[in-house]
Amino acid sequence: MFDLQQAIARAVAGSDDLLHDDDVQLALDMLYELHYTGFDEADDGWEWSPALLAGRSLIEAAFERALRASVPMPELPEPRADAVAAALFELTAPTPGPGLARTIEREATDEQAREFIIQRSIYTLKEADPHTWAIPRLRGRAKAALVEIQSDEYGGGRAERIHAALFAGTMRALGLDDTYGAYIDAVPAITLASLNMSTMFGLHRRLRGSAVGHLAAFEMTSSLPCRMIGDGFRRLGYGVDVTFYYDEHVEADSVHEQIAGRDLAGGLVDAHPELLADVMFGAAACLVVDGMAADDVRSAWEAGESSLLGSAVRS
Amino acid sequence: MTDEDRPAATPAIVACPDGPLLVRGDVDLVDPQGRPLERHRRTVALCRCGSSAIKPYCDGTHKLKHFTTGGA
Ligand code: FES
Repeated sequence: MFDLQQAIARAVAGSDDLLHDDDVQLALDMLYELHYTGFDEADDGWEWSPALLAGRSLIEAAFERALRASVPMPELPEPRADAVAAALFELTAPTPGPGLARTIEREATDEQAREFIIQRSIYTLKEADPHTWAIPRLRGRAKAALVEIQSDEYGGGRAERIHAALFAGTMRALGLDDTYGAYIDAVPAITLASLNMSTMFGLHRRLRGSAVGHLAAFEMTSSLPCRMIGDGFRRLGYGVDVTFYYDEHVEADSVHEQIAGRDLAGGLVDAHPELLADVMFGAAACLVVDGMAADDVRSAWEAGESSLLGSAVRS
Repeated sequence: MTDEDRPAATPAIVACPDGPLLVRGDVDLVDPQGRPLERHRRTVALCRCGSSAIKPYCDGTHKLKHFTTGGA
């Protein structure tokens, strides 16, 4: 009989780079998806299947080890809100020189710009969801801050302003399929690893500090790149139906990054100084993994290739 | 207690070090003629470095300009 645990253990042990392992990351993504909106074909009860959860934890343990081995730990600031916010802003300070957002702004072709949207769709069609898991694990100032950010992400009560829905609008305006998972087979492992990492931080109470640090770093590296990406699509001749998502994030994330740095991450460390290292690790992990994903896209393009797997999506 | 009796949360402006002014709560944002400014979210960040392209709101440009407020 097929032994799931053994198969997973073998796959994990046989992988020399878990962050770039297509099979392992896709498996983890699917196991996590059972906790999000699920699959039409999968029984809802599978979410809490002991066998699947046991398999998932094998992957997670190895994934967490791989992350800790790949992410250099930043220097720890004093465990005070202002020092934490300052350290996070320093860690995430804009770096001069090339980057994926700048490539989109200045030189990406139409096909590459659409490919970028496909890459981003894996996370952005469920934007904010991974961090929402952390809400009931926080209290006081940090909780209020996270709810304030998430409420804005979820449209402040207006379904059409939910950020994931705005992104779906961008996809449709580009003629892309906005069904969740439509491009799951086309994206490389590292793109899945980026979402898997934030889901792991969100689903494990033990890692709540890293969920918070991850969100802070994500927000702090968003507003300036979003403007460049919006400008890139305008350069390619697209209108506001495509760029609105990005235009909205220039303003929104300039607000969110302040709340995330001071009240969310800072507020959490003020109340729980013992979570300082987890917060900083989550922030650093966000930068490293998303940086790897972006670098892979740019190197593919520099080599004149697509960053997607196969040629499934050249429409 | 009806909604009217409930104490309104006092609006607050947070001066973010080296960054914008964060405005929370029920505050009218208007132009010099008193016309309401377009506002898309409950909490907004007002640019105080002068470099934003979406004034009066902050767009993060203060970081590129290395804007400092000397801790205030
Ligand atoms: S304060 Fe942020 S752009 Fe001016």
